[in-house]
Amino acid sequence: MSNIAKAFDHGKAFIAFITCGDPDLETTRETVIRMVEAGADLIELGIPFSDPTAEGPVIMDADKRALDGGVTTDDIFAFTKELRKTVKVPMVYMTYANVVYHYGAEEFCSKAQDAGIDGLILPDVPFEEKADFEEVCQKHGMDLVSMIAPTSENRIAEIAKEAKGFLYVVSSLGVTGTRSAITTDLRPMIELIRENTDIPCAIGFGISNPEQCRQMASLADGAIVGSAIVKIVAKNGKDSAEPVAAFVKEMKDAIRDL
Amino acid sequence: MTNPNGRFGEYGGQYMPETLMNAVIELEEAYNKYKNDPEFNRELEELLTEYANRPSRLYYAKKMTEELGGAKIYLKREDLNHTGAHKINNVLGQALLAKKMGKTRLIAETGAGQHGVATATAATLMGMECLVYMGVEDMERQKLNVYRMRLLGAEVRGVPTGTGTLKDAVSQCMREWTSRIADTHYCLGSVMGPHPFPTIVRDFQAVIGREIKKQILEKEGRLPDMLIACVGGGSNAIGTFYDFISDKDVQLVGAEAAGKGIDTPETAATINTGSVGIFHGMKSYFCQDKYGQIAPVYSISAGLDYPGIGPEHAWLSDIGRAKYVGITDDEAVEAFEFLSRCEGIIPAIESAHALAYAMKVAPTMDKDKIIVVTVSGRGDKDVAAIARYRGEDLHE
Repeated sequence: MSNIAKAFDHGKAFIAFITCGDPDLETTRETVIRMVEAGADLIELGIPFSDPTAEGPVIMDADKRALDGGVTTDDIFAFTKELRKTVKVPMVYMTYANVVYHYGAEEFCSKAQDAGIDGLILPDVPFEEKADFEEVCQKHGMDLVSMIAPTSENRIAEIAKEAKGFLYVVSSLGVTGTRSAITTDLRPMIELIRENTDIPCAIGFGISNPEQCRQMASLADGAIVGSAIVKIVAKNGKDSAEPVAAFVKEMKDAIRDL
Repeated sequence: MTNPNGRFGEYGGQYMPETLMNAVIELEEAYNKYKNDPEFNRELEELLTEYANRPSRLYYAKKMTEELGGAKIYLKREDLNHTGAHKINNVLGQALLAKKMGKTRLIAETGAGQHGVATATAATLMGMECLVYMGVEDMERQKLNVYRMRLLGAEVRGVPTGTGTLKDAVSQCMREWTSRIADTHYCLGSVMGPHPFPTIVRDFQAVIGREIKKQILEKEGRLPDMLIACVGGGSNAIGTFYDFISDKDVQLVGAEAAGKGIDTPETAATINTGSVGIFHGMKSYFCQDKYGQIAPVYSISAGLDYPGIGPEHAWLSDIGRAKYVGITDDEAVEAFEFLSRCEGIIPAIESAHALAYAMKVAPTMDKDKIIVVTVSGRGDKDVAAIARYRGEDLHE
């Protein structure tokens, strides 16, 4: 069993995403620590990419702020290693294929493992292209997280069967970003996943308030929130830790009794 | 040349969000169904002939040949196609395919605006809705094409993110496609992106090379010694090269946009300055930094101003079958002016990159050698920008 499973072994998991280095790594460090104190069960650390094709405007802007601030993959490895001394919940990196490929998948995963990372999410690496990345991840004790989308249909079973860590269920069509309502009928998707795997699944994309969080976490094993957190960082800059922690607490409290 | 997984050597692939995977699989299945369908091919042939004005001429540029004093130069006149560029070949094919698939809406990216104009044209002809994304920087450079697309009934949306150029328009199209798939076909404009696009676009552009082969055999009774075409994503180049890949004595040369020079950061010469990466759905060469962040590329030509290159070109370069040379803004502008004055043909600034290489290489070759240069588009759209480049205060 991978470390990631630990995020799901005490009730529904709240998974929080943050872009590393937005606006600087010191703020990211404080914010992550406070998110964990507030109840986050798993942290997704975004390594910014110049052209994030699966992101909506909120995370695109965050990536730009971080890169404009000069943060690099090497800075993030060093930052994560330091953060690991304090943060005990599972942590994964979320980035794009080229960031890993160009660094050298072997070297990237070796450094990520050394920094205490438990998994990798690459939204532009689908089932058909995962083999190269998955093998290197496994070698370094990390899980390559698979995604399932509302359009996956006939692909759900094969993806679920080979999935590792947890399954990232995309709630809606489109890119990342907060949505006023999630209209996809997720129940049959989750049922099909359950028939094919025992690993936990968490729903993400569009979740921005405690009601949605509760609704999604009740369907699955957890809820993933990214853009809503990044929006708070965009608004509060270096003073983000406090308001983000308050938001995470509200979201986690909404799913504690499920 | 494509293996079943859409690879050219190690290049290509399908690096796409899961949300779009069934869409590209559906596209591949539809393409495989229709590509050998006689009725589909009859309809496409009719569109290309009656509507797009094919076959395009293979013109012997006598004055240019004499002026340069070396190899005999022929021009493949894709600039004479309806909408003024090779882009229409691919667009008519994809629009017809999309229609057969039951799609009612086309989305497209555009750099110089030629692919956007072609897509808007095909959408209008076939009664489909059309949305074109264009970088805000390119909209400024190519105002006339923006108006042209709107005149043709398309919606044009500016993309302000990143460098506000072609790569950002491609990214935005991919984002748009994930939000609306059922009725929408992404009419990709070059031999790039995830499989099956590099193969589909190549097949629809391969008409260029097939015609060249037939025409040159009629005129000269033999194959040319060299083919030259400009390369951004690389669709007119692969279209020119494809039928000649197994003719080993025919040299294939792609002219990349070197911008202010391949030894400067202001360049878009992907093969000459880039390295292998994964972006926009494909593994290929990209201009990027040591951390894999995509570089902000530059060229005077909005159509070649792209940090990547199609995967089949990456492979042709690696195996040494095709050669890719950098042509600077200055060289391209000189060729633009040269062809205008010498032959009375105003080429697109993109095509001027190919012509510039011909101007360099023809004088070094014997007079019994033959070069074919693909003039991928006409230069009307570029006249104001070139005037400004030469210091004239001319605005559209």
